[in-house]
Amino acid sequence: MNRNKTFKNIPDFKLSPTVDKVGVEERVARFQTRSIKNESKVQGLKMVLSMIDLTTLEGKDTPGKVRQLCYKAQHLHNMQEGLPTVAAICVYPTMVAEAKKALGNSGIRVASVSTAFPSGQSTMEIKLLDTQFAVDNGADEIDMVISRGKFLAGEYNFVFDEIAAIKEVCGKARLKVIFETGELASLDQVRRASDIAMYAGADFIKTSTGKIQPAATMQVTYTMLCAIKDFYRKTGVKVGMKPAGGISSSKLALHNLVMVKETLGNDWLNNDWFRFGASSLANDVLMQLVKQETGHYQSADYFSID
Amino acid sequence: MTKKDKHKEKAAFDFNGGWDYSPSPESISHVKLKERYDLYIDGKFVAPNSGKYFQTTNPATEKVLAEVAHADESDVDKAVKAARKAYENVWSKLSAKERGKYIYRIARLMQEKARELAVVETLDAGKTIRESRDVDVPLACNHFFYYAGWADKLEYAFPNRAVSALGVAGQIIPWNFPLLMAAWKIAPALAAGNTVVLKPAETTPLTAMLLAEIIHESGLPAGVVNILTGYGDTGAAIVNHPDINKIAFTGSTNVGKIIQKAVAGTRKKLTLELGGKSANIVFEDAPIDQAVEGIVNGIFFNQGHVCCAGSRLFVQESVAEEVIQKLKDRLDTLYVGDPLDKNTDIGAINSKEQLETIRKYIQIGKDEGASMYESSCELPKKGYFVRPTLFTDVAQSSRISQEEIFGPVLTIQTFRTIDEVIQKANNSPYGLAAGVWTDKGSRIFNLTSKLRAGVIWANTYNKFDPTSPFGGYKESGFGREGGLQGLGAYLKIER
Repeated sequence: MNRNKTFKNIPDFKLSPTVDKVGVEERVARFQTRSIKNESKVQGLKMVLSMIDLTTLEGKDTPGKVRQLCYKAQHLHNMQEGLPTVAAICVYPTMVAEAKKALGNSGIRVASVSTAFPSGQSTMEIKLLDTQFAVDNGADEIDMVISRGKFLAGEYNFVFDEIAAIKEVCGKARLKVIFETGELASLDQVRRASDIAMYAGADFIKTSTGKIQPAATMQVTYTMLCAIKDFYRKTGVKVGMKPAGGISSSKLALHNLVMVKETLGNDWLNNDWFRFGASSLANDVLMQLVKQETGHYQSADYFSID
Repeated sequence: MTKKDKHKEKAAFDFNGGWDYSPSPESISHVKLKERYDLYIDGKFVAPNSGKYFQTTNPATEKVLAEVAHADESDVDKAVKAARKAYENVWSKLSAKERGKYIYRIARLMQEKARELAVVETLDAGKTIRESRDVDVPLACNHFFYYAGWADKLEYAFPNRAVSALGVAGQIIPWNFPLLMAAWKIAPALAAGNTVVLKPAETTPLTAMLLAEIIHESGLPAGVVNILTGYGDTGAAIVNHPDINKIAFTGSTNVGKIIQKAVAGTRKKLTLELGGKSANIVFEDAPIDQAVEGIVNGIFFNQGHVCCAGSRLFVQESVAEEVIQKLKDRLDTLYVGDPLDKNTDIGAINSKEQLETIRKYIQIGKDEGASMYESSCELPKKGYFVRPTLFTDVAQSSRISQEEIFGPVLTIQTFRTIDEVIQKANNSPYGLAAGVWTDKGSRIFNLTSKLRAGVIWANTYNKFDPTSPFGGYKESGFGREGGLQGLGAYLKIER
C-alpha cells in the first residue's frame, strides 16, 4: 500500500481542471442504469460491508455506545455465514482509546475525526493537538476537515499548509481529508479541493462530515474519483476515496462501486482504497444479502441496531 | 527508459476482470413475432402481388427472425392509390382537431407497447436494449406527441401565411434508427394533413410493421398510412411514382443523389437527410473528463451508425496526449456484446454488409499508416461485432478522415489555433453536425457562426428533441426534420 506525501512541486490550484455539471450528471446516470444481479450482487454487497467505516459522531456518544458499535463491527449478523467485518470504526478522539480496546486484534481499524470536527473553526494549535491526541490514543486513521472559510476566500496556500501540518502529526496513521462538499457549492470547487488535498499529502479524500446536506452525492464522488485518476497518472501515487453521509441504501452503494470500477478500475475496489462513511448502510446491505439467499425480506427487527 | 517514463508505465488502470456484472438480459418472453409480415395497404395487411418474401435476421445471433413481404411496383401503385383516395376523401376533409386526436392516440399506443417495441428494435437492428429502451422508443413517442399538438394550430405555426397540405408523401427511411425515423417522417406528415407511403430499410423492417399494427389499432382511417417493406427497387418505385407530391429520404448520400436526379423536373417536393463526417472539437480549456464522455457518446452511440456521429475528433495539441490517454482508458470500460443485456454499451453491427464496410475502412486506415487502438474486450463468437476503434496520426487527406464509415471508428487529429480547426472542420463535403468543447462561452458563439453544419452541440453531443430542427449543409442534405421547420417541410406555405 503506497502512502502519499506532501509534494514540494505543486501546481497552481487556480488552474485546476474545470468540471461540467451537466456532463457529470449524465455520466452518473449511466452508472445508475447498470444492472447488478445474482452472484455479482452478492459479491458487491459483501464488498460494500467490508468497505464501511461504521460511524458514530454524536455529542451524546458514550464508552458504552462505542463498545456496542465495536461488537457490531466484528459480528455484523451472526445468523449469516461468510460475512466480512467492516473496515473501520469512526469516532471522536475521546472515544479512540475505548474503541481500540474493544476491537483488540480484530484487524478492524479505528478512525478518528479531528481538527475541530465538524466545522474546523479553530486555531491551528488546537487542531494539531486534537490530532496528536487521537494518534497518541492509537488511531489508525485521521479524518480531518479543511477550513472551508479559508478555501472559499481563495486562500489555497493556507488550506494546503494546514493539511500538510496535520499530515506530519499523523505519523503512521493514514490521513483522510474531508471537504464538506455541501459547503463548497460547485463541482469546480470540489475538484480544486481534491487537487490541493492530494498534493498536500492526503491518503484519502472524503466528501462530507455527515452533518451538512447534500453530502456524498454521486456527482461529487465522481468528480473526486476523476481527480484521483489524474493525480495517479501524474504522480504514480494512489489516493483513496471515501464518500460519507447520505449513502444508506444498498442500491446506491452498489452504484458507487460501479462508478469506482469504471473510473479507477479494480485496484480501487477494496477497503484500502475505498470506504463508505455510514451508520445505517450496513443493516440495509445485510437485509439484501439475506434476501438474496432466502428469497424473502426480513423485518428490520431481525437486524441489530447499535 | 527514463525514470519519468517508468513512472508512467506503472500508473496504469486495471479495468479487466475483477468484480463484474452478471449477465442481465432483458426478457423477450412478452414478444411474439409472427413468422411472416405482409404489406400494410389501405388499412389491411395484404400479401405482395409478386408473392415474394425476404428474411430479416438478428445481427447479434445471425438467426432469422421473420419473413417480410417484398413490395414491387404494382404494390407501390396500389399503396399510392390508397393514399390518394384517403387524402381526397377522408383525411383532408377531417377537422384538424380530429387529425390531432389520431396522432395522440398513436403516441399513447406506442407508449403502452414501449417495452415490446424496444425489444424488437434491439433484436432486429442489433442496437443495445439500453438505447432502444431509453432513447429510440421514448423519442419516437415524443415526436408523435409533439406533432399531434401542431395539427390544429398550423395557421399559428406560420402566422400570416396560408398553409395547406401537400397530398401524398413517399418516405424512405434507413436502418440505423428504424422506429425513430418512421416517427420523424410519419408524425409531421400526418399533422400537416398529408397521407403517407413509407418504406423501412430491408435489414430492419420489424418495428415499422409493429407500428403498422399500432396504427391499425388506433383506428386511423384506411389508406392514411401505408407501410411497404422491400429493397431498393421498392424505394425506387415510390420515388418514381407520378402521383406522389413529396419525397422524404434519410440514408446514404449516394442514394440521395440518385433520388435527386429522379425527382428533378417533376413537381415533387424533396427533403434529404444524408451522410456526415462531423467534427467534434476539444479546446484546451474544456472540462476534459466530460469531453471524453462526449467523444465516446458522439462516436460509439448506436455502434457509430449515426449520420451525425462525431467521427472526426479535433483536439488542441496542448491537451491531445491527455485526451487520447483518457479515451483509451474509457474504451476499455465499454461493454461490447449481447445487445439484449442491460449492461451492454455497444451492440451488434446492423448487417454483414455494414460489418464488411467497417472492416474495409479499418484496413484502409492501417494501410494509410495511421496508428490504431482498439479496446481489449472479447467479442461474441457469433454475430456481427467490431471493437471500438481509434485512429491517431491521421491526416486531413486520409480517406478514413474524409469518408463516412458509419461504424465505431474515430479518427483523431490535433490542431493549434482556432482558425486552423474551423478550416479543417469545414473542409469536408458533408456538414451535418459538430461539437464544441470549451469553458469559454464567447468561443462557442464564435464557432457556431463559423462552422458549416446543421446542428452544433456545445459541451455535449448527440442530443435530440422533437422541438429542435435537424438537417445538414452540403452533401449532408437539405430540408429540416423536427420542430417547426420539420412541419413546414410537409406544407405548402403561401403569401
